[in-house]
Amino acid sequence: MIAVQELTKRYARNTAVDHISFAVQRGQIVGFLGPNGAGKTTTMRMLTCFLPPTSGTATVAGFDVLEHPLEVKRRIGYLPETPPLYLEMRATEYLTFVGSLKGLRGAELSNRVNFVLDRCAISDVKEKVLGKLSKGYRQRVGLAQAIIHNPDVLILDEPTAGLDPKQINETRDLIKSLAGDHTIILSTHILPEVEQTCEQVIIINKGKLVATDSVHNLQDRARGAGSVLIEVAARTGPLDLAVAKSRLEQVSGVTRVLARESRENLGVFEVEAHNDRAIRGDLARAIVQAGWDLNEMRTAAVSLEEVFLQLTGAEHQPAAADETGLPAHAPAATEAQEPAS
Amino acid sequence: MRNVWIICRKELRSYFVSPIAYILLAMFAIVFGFFFWNVVGYFVYMGIEGQMRGEMFPLNVNEQVIRPLVSNVSVIGLFLIPIITMRLFAEEKRTGTIELLVTSPVRDAEVILGKWLAALLLYAGMLVLTAFNFIWLFKYGNPDWKPLAVAYLGLLLQAGMLLAIGTFISTLTRNQIIAGALTFGVCLLLWVLEWVSGYETATWARVLAYLSVLTHFESFGKGLLTVKDAVFYVSAIFFGLFLTARSLESLRWRS
Repeated sequence: MIAVQELTKRYARNTAVDHISFAVQRGQIVGFLGPNGAGKTTTMRMLTCFLPPTSGTATVAGFDVLEHPLEVKRRIGYLPETPPLYLEMRATEYLTFVGSLKGLRGAELSNRVNFVLDRCAISDVKEKVLGKLSKGYRQRVGLAQAIIHNPDVLILDEPTAGLDPKQINETRDLIKSLAGDHTIILSTHILPEVEQTCEQVIIINKGKLVATDSVHNLQDRARGAGSVLIEVAARTGPLDLAVAKSRLEQVSGVTRVLARESRENLGVFEVEAHNDRAIRGDLARAIVQAGWDLNEMRTAAVSLEEVFLQLTGAEHQPAAADETGLPAHAPAATEAQEPAS
Repeated sequence: MRNVWIICRKELRSYFVSPIAYILLAMFAIVFGFFFWNVVGYFVYMGIEGQMRGEMFPLNVNEQVIRPLVSNVSVIGLFLIPIITMRLFAEEKRTGTIELLVTSPVRDAEVILGKWLAALLLYAGMLVLTAFNFIWLFKYGNPDWKPLAVAYLGLLLQAGMLLAIGTFISTLTRNQIIAGALTFGVCLLLWVLEWVSGYETATWARVLAYLSVLTHFESFGKGLLTVKDAVFYVSAIFFGLFLTARSLESLRWRS
């Protein structure tokens, strides 16, 4: 549906997008991921014919963005970072205007307006002036505007930026529900968003393509060998970490043991093995036989965020993960990312 | 063509949804009303004066009322035109709606033409208001309507040119005040360029005078339809809209 070949956008002083190539299949939801300033918006603007590429080609539904811009524009619904709303218009009026701009006429136009009002759950504000709507509603009107002409491709630039958590969830659900009918590219710098909404992910950093793969594969790739988190507690007195560690290392199949955390009588270890499922029984037996309690044993989940940090070469910050034994949640990580971008 | 009308309708609607259109129309009606009252008052005074002195003072409504009024209209236009055009593109750039227009399946030319047409229609709406004054001239006097029609065609052409320039300037900035001030400056210059012809006859002075909107309005104001002046205005309109198109295109290369 979308094919991008060696796409490049150079400005006088910098290269915003540097020889990016990727392809998106029909019906897919693709996450376009990267820190701020990575070139996400620029790439999207080239796909929507807003910016012409310096070199390289991009085709949407078989039409080149430079040679047949009108054909491309007919097949694309675009939601820029700030929804392009005429704040003095009423919702219905606005959608009717956009619809006619996209080539809809007469009965079809009013049908589509009613359809998107319903689809994006904005029927209750349809007679309100857009300037008076809350951010969440404006975002939904923006989405309604993008899908009004039932385009093959939807391009959404940070569709959840600046919304509160409830609105974010609503918007995500809406986007997911649109996936069946449209091919969707959405950009974001928030990792869980990609994990939750997208099937494919395209990671870019500093204008360069870092990785393009399915969300599952990327998680697997980062994980390498499976690992297990276990919490061991001594029944009496403090737990000797070194002893416990060496005991765990003796279990056959274990490749590495990391002491993650320790408190007086208990310790948390991350145990890596080629096949983490197979060693769980042995680990449990070893711990119990050594006279300790096994408080907890679970798979150490690897978030996309870690994958992302690995791929973009940013400094890994294990401190954040050690605190709770859980991967640090995304907002903290994105903040850490920003100065670098 | 259909898209031009869609854009034009949307622009007209936003003029009339906000108070801009009403304020402009009201201001114009008041100022023109004052001029009308003044000119007609003076005309009547001259008439009575002439009768009292027993002079056969040649009185002509077309020459002594309509002509000065028409040039007054074009002066008022000078002040109002920047206000009409300043928001056309500057506002879309500031709010980001320009991205919607440019990524919709419409041509740049259609967007530009639609916006310019809306501005011209708003200006034409002001001219329509003057009918309420002129009606009285036709009721109590016997002026020739043809020179008036020609003069109004001239006003429309002149405004078309200045509106095209204003549309162009509006694409240069996202700040409406800057667009308005620049447009006013350029319009004023195009207006007064004619003055050099008063004392200088060298080629450069004639070129400057030729560029002045005033030069080409002279015969229209008299009620004479001259092709070369009409051609000047029409080509200036095209030039202004052409610059707008170039500027809109360059937005994409620069932004």
